[in-house]
Amino acid sequence: MTTPAPDRRPSPAVDVNKVLIEEQQTYIHEGPAGESPARARAAGAAAPGRAASGESGPSLAEVCVVACAEAWRGDGAILASPMGLIPTLGARLAQLTFSPRLLLTDGEAYLLARPDPGDRPAAGGAGRVVEGWLPYRRVFTMVAAGLRHVMMGAAQIDKFGNQNISCIGDWARPRAQLLGVRGAPGNSVNHPVSYWVPRHSRRVFVERVDVVSGIGYDRAAGLGPRAARFHELRVIVTNLAVLDFQTTDRAMRLRSVHPGVTTADVIAATGFPLAVPGGVPATRLPTAQELALIRGQLDPDGLRDQELA
Amino acid sequence: MSPDDVAGELRSGMTIGIGGWGSRRKPMALVRAILRSGLKDLEVVSYGGPDVGLLAAGGHVRRVVSGFVSLDTIALEPHFRLARQRGTVELTELDEGMLHWGLLAAAHRLPFLPIRAGLGSDVPRVNPVLRTVRSPYADGEELIAMPALRLDVALIHLNRADAAGNGQYLGPDPYFDDLFCLAAERAFVSCERIVPTAGLLESGPPQTLLVNRAMVDGVVATPGGAHFTSCVPDYGRDEPFQARYAAAAADPGEWRRFRAEYLAGGEASYQRAVRRFAESQAGVTAPTAAP
Repeated sequence: MTTPAPDRRPSPAVDVNKVLIEEQQTYIHEGPAGESPARARAAGAAAPGRAASGESGPSLAEVCVVACAEAWRGDGAILASPMGLIPTLGARLAQLTFSPRLLLTDGEAYLLARPDPGDRPAAGGAGRVVEGWLPYRRVFTMVAAGLRHVMMGAAQIDKFGNQNISCIGDWARPRAQLLGVRGAPGNSVNHPVSYWVPRHSRRVFVERVDVVSGIGYDRAAGLGPRAARFHELRVIVTNLAVLDFQTTDRAMRLRSVHPGVTTADVIAATGFPLAVPGGVPATRLPTAQELALIRGQLDPDGLRDQELA
Repeated sequence: MSPDDVAGELRSGMTIGIGGWGSRRKPMALVRAILRSGLKDLEVVSYGGPDVGLLAAGGHVRRVVSGFVSLDTIALEPHFRLARQRGTVELTELDEGMLHWGLLAAAHRLPFLPIRAGLGSDVPRVNPVLRTVRSPYADGEELIAMPALRLDVALIHLNRADAAGNGQYLGPDPYFDDLFCLAAERAFVSCERIVPTAGLLESGPPQTLLVNRAMVDGVVATPGGAHFTSCVPDYGRDEPFQARYAAAAADPGEWRRFRAEYLAGGEASYQRAVRRFAESQAGVTAPTAAP
């Protein structure tokens, strides 16, 4: 063999996930990097700097990991497909705790068995147990069969959950070509979909998205009850809050705010009127067991903070 | 056959399907041969990676048919991005599953296959040619009628093949390479190594034999022929080189230098330049994990 062999290991799970997140950031970072006061406060409120003892309070990233994990609560033996590091940690946490039957891939074509609690990830994935084979053609079959719940990124998302990851501007000649629609159209009409937005802002939460990739509740309603029967948007987890569509008209609703974030912060960072019930609860904090799993087993190197940096 | 022989079989204006996925097991030696050709106005059907980017940058492509064009570990293919933003390529943008279905329809010689993906999204808006079809059964459900994606030629890269065109993948994912071959009038397979037919099953179990000689019209041995995309277990993606490629693509001067260094000569010259790059990397950075 004459060409270099940089790495024979299967790519880590972030391989595929990184695509959507980076693309989202590519777009977001195009404009002036506006540091939102709410973001700074949220990051500060959730005690930063984890002590080596693991006894410090939860960081914002850890609150987000648990909020993402909650998206898969109640899901049985279905494929959890997280896009992005924090959703990946969330899905793995859900599998280790309250949703043990979830299926997870290595980001390539293998399904990995649920690790034993306490197993630290070994270098190069040694010790992992393959429980199944899921090449792309079978992923598509799982999608069509409805045996999947994906958490995707969103460069733009509107009030009814229409999402855009394709491009920004006029589709015919975009101002910024992003990833393309990828699997979002099929995902959104076939199985539950959630979203992860690491930077909640008016550039993401917009009145109208440029290219509808994943479809929202208004578009689904337009298809009629039969065609839309598998459409379900669960939650949107952001760095500020958790949102859902549990309203009579299926418009986006503020479900909970992260520690240190106010309802007003979220409203200010959202580019359309948000349904805000009286007394929005705080996003639940990680339990001691969850924190131990995140810090000791799932992400001992603390990469999770970088996704919010 | 040589990669240039394969390029010689193509004609401007053809619809070419390219196997692999993103920056994984792409027939890059065959793509590089097209870069050296005068072929123009190609319609490229692909789960797109640097194949699409390079062909667009070289001015060989009129239209791309895809659901994405990505380098996997680098989210956006820089050349494709530029081409779209400058309006120099046309795009048929499809859901990933629709692309699969279009290839399957073509492989089965069907005019279309019904699919749910795409309904309600802007995919029909940006593809006004798309139609829906209503189930003739009691449910009456309306679905997208995904038209067959018929190809003039398919180009794929596999780990092993015999000289007759029986091809074998040894990595974890076949991608859609068999469908690309069946959807095409003619299919060409490049591979890391041509082995005797009797040697095929020494490398892997029978289900690794992805394509057979009825689906294949020509075989080319191109060691390193998927570089810089991955071709596991023979080699992984060359991440330092891919990063070099992406950085060069972002700057016209750098891109001229990249072209002169890597793409001006034939395949042997490319592989030599890649070895030089690997040696220079070994000198300045941490080793990229010896196999």
